[in-house]
Amino acid sequence: MKTMTHKTTTVAALAGAALLMTGCEMPIGIETEQTGYRGLGMEQVTKRHLEAMKRSGMEIPEPERPAAAAGPLAGDIYENVKVLGDLNISEFNRLMNAITAWVSPEEGCNYCHTPGNFADENVYTKIVSRRMLEMTYTINQEWTAHVGETGVTCYTCHMGNPVPENIWYEDPGMQQAGGFAASRMGQNLAGTNVASSSLPNDVFTPFLQGDEPKNIRITPRTSLPMGDNPYNLMDAEWVHGLMIHFSVALGANCTTCHNTNNFPEWETSPPQRVTAWHGIELVRALNNQYLNPLQPEYPDYRLGPLGDAPKTNCATCHNGLQLPLDRAQMLKDYPELNRVNHRGDQPAATTSAAADDAATAAEG
Amino acid sequence: MSMLSFEKRYRVRGGTLIGGDLFDFWVGPFYVGFFGVLTAFFALLGTLLIIWGAAMGPTWNIWQISINPPDLSYGLGFAPLAEGGLWQLITICALGAFISWALRQAEIARKLGMGLHIPIAFSVAVFAYFALVVIRPVLLGAWGHGFPYGIMSHLDWVSNTGYQFLHFHYNPAHMLAIAFFFTTALALSMHGGLILSVTNPKKGETVKTPEYEDTFFRDVVGYSIGSLGIHRLGLFLALSAAFWSAVCIIISGPFWTQSWPEWWNWWLDLPIWA
Repeated sequence: MKTMTHKTTTVAALAGAALLMTGCEMPIGIETEQTGYRGLGMEQVTKRHLEAMKRSGMEIPEPERPAAAAGPLAGDIYENVKVLGDLNISEFNRLMNAITAWVSPEEGCNYCHTPGNFADENVYTKIVSRRMLEMTYTINQEWTAHVGETGVTCYTCHMGNPVPENIWYEDPGMQQAGGFAASRMGQNLAGTNVASSSLPNDVFTPFLQGDEPKNIRITPRTSLPMGDNPYNLMDAEWVHGLMIHFSVALGANCTTCHNTNNFPEWETSPPQRVTAWHGIELVRALNNQYLNPLQPEYPDYRLGPLGDAPKTNCATCHNGLQLPLDRAQMLKDYPELNRVNHRGDQPAATTSAAADDAATAAEG
Repeated sequence: MSMLSFEKRYRVRGGTLIGGDLFDFWVGPFYVGFFGVLTAFFALLGTLLIIWGAAMGPTWNIWQISINPPDLSYGLGFAPLAEGGLWQLITICALGAFISWALRQAEIARKLGMGLHIPIAFSVAVFAYFALVVIRPVLLGAWGHGFPYGIMSHLDWVSNTGYQFLHFHYNPAHMLAIAFFFTTALALSMHGGLILSVTNPKKGETVKTPEYEDTFFRDVVGYSIGSLGIHRLGLFLALSAAFWSAVCIIISGPFWTQSWPEWWNWWLDLPIWA
């Protein structure tokens, strides 16, 4: 009897240990990086094989051959060239080829153009891509605090896909009882936005768009909002969810930007936090000024469950890497992207006459 | 501290693991033994090294004194004293003192002809410390992964190391360890309450026997583990708490580099519903 018990215990212990281990990684190929003072535990632990796996689909395309320096302007030769009219036709075609390779390598030119009539404005992707060129220009001109000299190209987000892999829509969540029933803010479900945790799932809608997005830098001091501090623990959990998105989107962790001894304190935070702060502002600006206003242009199948336009978050560009595309210097090979005629911050960006008028007015 | 009248007959020769009769004596109430000398040596040296480190540091504030491990760039090599080398020496002293203490417990247990349950139990706590400052740093390839010796600074380490995995409460071994810590407290409080309740009967009544203890729990929950069993259970619960604590930190990094919530994707990905 006693030996039976021993055997059973041993088998149970071994089976339990085996079960625990199957969910784990092998302790090999470990790389560590120290991000704070020694002994503080501010570190990033990575595994070489996992990093390689993350990059398995990532190829940096060869730059197109440089364009001829001179030639007639594309705006004079082609019809309906609204934002690339200042490029000569050699530069213009070089950029078109590059965009095709970056965005629709399989679908080709016809993903955005009507075959035989490239001037046709009735393809929604053409309208969207035109606005995306303006967006790219804005990012590279005005947001160097976040993108540095590396900048972005279409490929940063698209990586050969017509629709970038990491985009988001407003998430209505599961059907809830109405009335006085408490909203669970998407909690108690394993949310993909928040690394399968049960933190509030839709961390993008409240924080990353709108004229007055929810405040991220909050310090709740009580479990319920009291006194002049309107924030409670629930608000903190929501921010925690957003921060988990940041970390997973960048393949980073909380200590990349914070000394968790004191999250709000800037003085003890690594400098990456400043870059990230600009990134948050960038994402909000892109969603408000470029991506949400495109909503009327999209066919229904490109819209979210609530009918909203596809939007950007950190993962859209970063794709799991702290430096998108491992800092491949693609922009410097495409000076054409820095010569986009930007038509203003908030044009309706529609095919309608009103938009054309607005564009003309902006140019005038 | 005077010796109790009956204590003398338990002060018997022998049972030492090393040193024979050399250190087989008592100083006041304390048994010395070879490992007692070793413990005292390592404890004193380690403490003096900490004081030396504090003297070189920026503060004498007891809360803020901190002896930090080396930068990760030193890997598993020795670092200069002022840049983590002290931490390395103090770690050796701490392990020397802790292990000597366990072996001294073993010598005393042998002297008294008892089982080795106490030194084994104490060793599990030493193992948890060993896991933090030796096993995990070696697996990750640098002593710098150890925690700093300081009242506040080691808490910063705990916080930051936890947040390296975004949400440490999803660490399955951490979950087990916490559950065992709480259960240990529950079992100990119930056991303590039970013993005090039977030894403090109403005035004029006699102290109650274990049958009363058993009956109490049989009436409450239908089962009593018994007066010996509760101690087995208590030891199991307490050792499990320390053991799973050690496991939860060893697997964080060497066996898992992503966020701990994502570890549970194996459950979401089970072929039953995935």
